[in-house]
Amino acid sequence: MTIPEPYRLFFYLFSTMAFVGLNAAYLVWVERKGAARFQRRPGPTEVGPAGLLQPIADALKLLSKQVLVPPEADRTLFRLAPVMVMAPALMCLATLPYSERLGARDLNLGLVLVFAFGSINVMAVMLGGWASRNKYAIISAARIVSQNVAYEIPMLLTVITMLMITGTMNLREIVEQQAGGFWGGFWNWNICKLTANPLMPVTFVIFFICMLAETNRAPFDMAEAESELVAGAFTEYAGMGFGVFFMAEYANILVGCSLATILFFGGWQSPIGMLPSGHLWFLVKLYALIFTVVWVRWTFPRTQFYRLLNLSWKLLIPLALFILVLTSAMLKLF
Amino acid sequence: MQLEALRTPADATEGKETFVLNLGPQHPATHGVLRVKLTMDGEYITRAEPVCGYIHRMHEKMGENRTYAQFLPNPSRIDYLSAMHYTHAFVGVVERAAGIEVPPRAEYVRVITSELNRISSHLVWFGAFLLDLGGFTPLLYAFDDREKILDLLEGITGARLTYCYYRFGGLYNDVDEAFITGTREFVTYMRPRLDMYRQLVTGNVILRKRLEGIGPISAEMCRRYGATGPVVRGSGVAHDVRKVQPYSVYPELDFDVAVFPECDCMARYLVRMEEMAQSLRIIEQALQRLPEGPFVAAKVPRVIKLPPGDYYYAVEAARGRFAVRVVSDGKEIPYRVKLRTPSFANLTLFEEASQGMMLPDALALMGSLDLVIPDIDR
Repeated sequence: MTIPEPYRLFFYLFSTMAFVGLNAAYLVWVERKGAARFQRRPGPTEVGPAGLLQPIADALKLLSKQVLVPPEADRTLFRLAPVMVMAPALMCLATLPYSERLGARDLNLGLVLVFAFGSINVMAVMLGGWASRNKYAIISAARIVSQNVAYEIPMLLTVITMLMITGTMNLREIVEQQAGGFWGGFWNWNICKLTANPLMPVTFVIFFICMLAETNRAPFDMAEAESELVAGAFTEYAGMGFGVFFMAEYANILVGCSLATILFFGGWQSPIGMLPSGHLWFLVKLYALIFTVVWVRWTFPRTQFYRLLNLSWKLLIPLALFILVLTSAMLKLF
Repeated sequence: MQLEALRTPADATEGKETFVLNLGPQHPATHGVLRVKLTMDGEYITRAEPVCGYIHRMHEKMGENRTYAQFLPNPSRIDYLSAMHYTHAFVGVVERAAGIEVPPRAEYVRVITSELNRISSHLVWFGAFLLDLGGFTPLLYAFDDREKILDLLEGITGARLTYCYYRFGGLYNDVDEAFITGTREFVTYMRPRLDMYRQLVTGNVILRKRLEGIGPISAEMCRRYGATGPVVRGSGVAHDVRKVQPYSVYPELDFDVAVFPECDCMARYLVRMEEMAQSLRIIEQALQRLPEGPFVAAKVPRVIKLPPGDYYYAVEAARGRFAVRVVSDGKEIPYRVKLRTPSFANLTLFEEASQGMMLPDALALMGSLDLVIPDIDR
């Protein structure tokens, strides 16, 4: 069934936004429940069954609050920043294929687009921090820029490694390459392609660490480091201004984990060839990765900022470069 | 001349583009209304000037215009986390001055409750310190354990935080069987928990990297600023009032002073973790030896009038040496009450110790000092 063109566009727009909105809202719930389980407490229970209506109540509360703009702040940039942080995440989701037939746009340069828009997010947080004329926010903005510059490089290096193996930037094709037919299975996924690169799991770990750093998640939550910078770049944001930043954090995690699923875990391919593939597998893998992100956040303390940069420049970048060289050598050999 | 003294040291900020960052009075890392005026060069601290007094409540002055019995509830409000030790010091100074003999049962119960209080105070520090380092989860585990102590102490004192359990010459009431069995159970419960913390938290690589070699405080510096407690013991000095100026029944009990010579945040962390284990040892021994008998001295005058003189009594509180000095002129009301609080001395060293540090490290240092703000301002 094909939907005629203008409606198709609206349909894509609507479903992508609904997907992001629901995920952002309910990942907060997952985070809170997950954190509660790690901390041996029940978490939200009051609003709705098992606290399921809590995100909606929170959103309503944030919406009903006044968006205060500090008098010293740059009004335009201050208001623009939350929009700029949310929009790229939505754009990225438009390129992601969830199953063979489910995906908004099939772009040949999908991977590049995701990274291009992913970088805007950093600029938006920086602008938000800078525009709010708060010393904590400015320190946070400075941190976030150097952190993201540092982690973009190893992340892109791993992505180049993946590109050399897959030979395409089209995300759908990358997933289709990882199919194995009836006898196929998880050993066809990129993470198991040890013939192309014996250090494939390490490549994934680098990608995952960089993704945590890019999305400002603990233990790399330097920008929002509560005990150091109060709320970092978001200190001056009230009401939905803060709410959008908060949602964007989860939207970015969603994009990052989706990308990891596509690049390393075979997207919608089922782990056992005999079982049918489909978008459900995609979601299973995606949420397993998201759970790992939550898990990491509630088990590790924060690193120091300079150690974070050292980790990137002194360990991850050389390692990623080494893997890149190794992969090209392996590809030439076999 | 006076103006010269008021200016910030020129060499510290010369040639640098610095800005002033107000850490507090409302800031998540200060755990109270402490304000630190930081002169920052980027993320480096060139000068940290603690500004205290936001929660000053004139406890010393209050001591000068009420009777000894009326002042008794006050010490527990100075450092709300180690109320037992603070009451112990005040009760101790009055007993020493008035020559009141405390029955041994009361002394043993004082030791048990004081050590329980020390563990609960260290547990709060443990949680809050890791919160400062960005680890949220240990806080709730620590509070879970602390809850057990609070329940035990609530059973005998009626209060959960600001206990006023010690009286001149003994205790407010005797401990019951439920408290004794409950405390025994707590000791057996707490040991594996401490092992768990050792495995899960102390061994964590991020935590070690954040604490090892960070925030050096030398023994010489401690001496200059009068730092005591885990801070000085983390600098390799075995200074523990329980050992160097023994009071109560501590000399009869067998325990080690936790000393680590590394002088860094990790050493101070390990000192407190070890102290919790030692406190459990003390509690276990005190429970075994707990004698029968009265819990309060038979002859305590209704109106306490200390003979004229200058009296001093120090205890090892959770944060270090807490001492009460009472100057009496023979009236019902003391002439002067001086409270020597450990957090104040420990804070004064922050300015020198934090120089040139980065903000997150300075906050780790501040957390390792275990500051209780009402204790600074008193």
